Amino acid sequence: MAKYKTAPLKSWERAKEIRADYYRNYEAAHEKGGLRWAGGAWTFDAVPAGLGDDVYPITSEPYGATIAFQKDFSDRCLEAAERAGYARDLCAYMRNYWGSIILNEYGWVDPGEERKPFPKPDFIWQDHICCSHAKWYQVVSDLEGGIPEYCVDVSVGPYEKTTEHGIDYVVGQLSDGIDWLEKVTGRKYDDEKLIKAVYNTCRAESTWAEICMLNQAVPAPLEEKTMYSLYVLGTLQKSSQAVADYYDELKAEVQDRVANGIAAVENEHARVMTDTQPPWGFLRVFRYMAEKYGCVSVGSLYTFALIGNWIWKDGKFVPRPTPQSLGVEIKDRDQALRVLVEWELSKPEWQHFYHPKYKSDMMIQIAKDWKLNGVMLHYNRGCEGLSLGIAENRLAILDAGFPVMVFEGNMGDEREFDEGRTMARIDSFMESLGVPKLA
Amino acid sequence: MITTGIDVGSKNVKVVIQEDGKVLGKGSVLAGLDTGAAISEALDAALKDAGIARDKVEKLYATGAGRQEVKDADDSRTEVGADAAGIAYLFPEARTLIDVGAEEGRAIRVDDRGKVVDFAMNERCAAGAGAFTEAMARALEVPLEELGRLSLTSTKAVAMNAQCAVFGESEVVSLIHQKTEKKDIARAVHDAMATRITSMARRVGVEPQVALIGGVAKNPGFVDSLQRDLEMKVFIPDDPEFVSALGVALLAAGIVE
Repeated sequence: MAKYKTAPLKSWERAKEIRADYYRNYEAAHEKGGLRWAGGAWTFDAVPAGLGDDVYPITSEPYGATIAFQKDFSDRCLEAAERAGYARDLCAYMRNYWGSIILNEYGWVDPGEERKPFPKPDFIWQDHICCSHAKWYQVVSDLEGGIPEYCVDVSVGPYEKTTEHGIDYVVGQLSDGIDWLEKVTGRKYDDEKLIKAVYNTCRAESTWAEICMLNQAVPAPLEEKTMYSLYVLGTLQKSSQAVADYYDELKAEVQDRVANGIAAVENEHARVMTDTQPPWGFLRVFRYMAEKYGCVSVGSLYTFALIGNWIWKDGKFVPRPTPQSLGVEIKDRDQALRVLVEWELSKPEWQHFYHPKYKSDMMIQIAKDWKLNGVMLHYNRGCEGLSLGIAENRLAILDAGFPVMVFEGNMGDEREFDEGRTMARIDSFMESLGVPKLA
Repeated sequence: MITTGIDVGSKNVKVVIQEDGKVLGKGSVLAGLDTGAAISEALDAALKDAGIARDKVEKLYATGAGRQEVKDADDSRTEVGADAAGIAYLFPEARTLIDVGAEEGRAIRVDDRGKVVDFAMNERCAAGAGAFTEAMARALEVPLEELGRLSLTSTKAVAMNAQCAVFGESEVVSLIHQKTEKKDIARAVHDAMATRITSMARRVGVEPQVALIGGVAKNPGFVDSLQRDLEMKVFIPDDPEFVSALGVALLAAGIVE
């Protein structure tokens, strides 16, 4: 008999719908007289929102992950990128993305339909968070025969050391970027749409963090595999009304699950977390842990903090209140850009590009407050940026008293992930944690 | 209580039959392509060695990469758990355990009750495992059994940088062409492998005493290189390749936990 009651998420279909609409709208934008743009999941997407409601983005990391999930297509994309001369040790998302362009095949396929050609973006709006991100789109532009690209330098962190001058520097680039957007699109910029998009961004990101907070409950109302399908909406378009509204709806549902003791894993006996990107083609690892051991992964720093915005308060890691909830009323473009930059640069996932201690501190606090038995770290060969310092993270988490299992893999290149050996390692880890196999 | 432990490794199937902590019999056969047949054969060999019939065995536990293939096992444990159990019985002073088998190297740190505190394994690479020495012995045209003894006659350290069995082989060929003596190349092979294993062991923290198990523990050249790299002696039990099988046999009997 199950230890806890469980139930599927009621809002699951709505999440799927938002994601499907996103990829369909991007593809069909020109049919409606709209525009397409491309940029990273980290980009300041609230800014192009000022060009109009018919301007549709495609963000690169979720697109690369979407391809990685389709293993056969991913293999073809990776091989296409390699045949074109791009090295195998580059960012795996990027190689999937480039391969999709080289093959001219779109990563999104509706059920029963043929794969369509890759929809070429009209402009690129990117920021330079890691060594790959600017070059990524330089290559995209080259492969597509020249697409106007604007890239924002955000190297003013970590947040705790960011100065007003640093904020000014990024705001200035975004302000110049708006002039550039008007020039390359021929559209007049609407500051009211920008302000609305900034409010949406803050609301979506704070609410997602509140949802993750609810996973402190035992049993956990959500597990990591499901959370990947939910957090991703923020990575697609965090500034959209639909995403911000959906997170409000989801939060209410997750609160209800906690109140009624509805578990994500009906036999929850142990709790772990991971760190950054998973090997996307092998998310069944999480199901294996749940079904064989009753072990729930309550999330990861990636799911919590790439979209969620958090702050340290009284030694705890808690959702950051939105500017609007603190009484801030955005009145003009400059203020909107300033609020947006200050908000986005404070997001936790930006910080550990600067030093491993930020990631260690956050993960240790999560391990404590989310009541974890252990931590799993992905030595991810597919992402140099977020794997930086991971061996230091391991030592710090061990020092804090939490057992750590490491596994090697690649978020977007299945050829570098050994599923059987990883499962064997999980077996050993569970055994060492004293978590028995479920009968 | 008579219990049996079966360790289905990537190269060999090892079986131990024990009663009250005393080994009654052992069996080992090549795993080959038909694992099921190899398991039966190894079990038959161990039963014959023990001089008992199958129905005298009260419990049978399995371990190893192919442990699911042991269809009549009462239970199973991972290689890490089996290693820790076996060494906790044979050498309870051990706090660090190094297991080097045909395809995998492992480092395990245990506490004073033999409980696993941390562990590390090699990833998709055989450079820190027995398969590496086999490939290098072939490249040197030396029988595997001779490689260790040959290595011990060397007094010269030759750097071998390759961290991969494939590149290692080409580096051995280069050293041969440079007229490097075989004994020095043999030592270089073991030194390179030992460096890789100690690096893994240091990831979990090397705390004395250190025990070495697995088939590669029978290679004196590797043991010499490992001890030099660790700067300490390691304990090697008799029949080091049977420790995992013994571990699960003891777990089945409840002699260790």
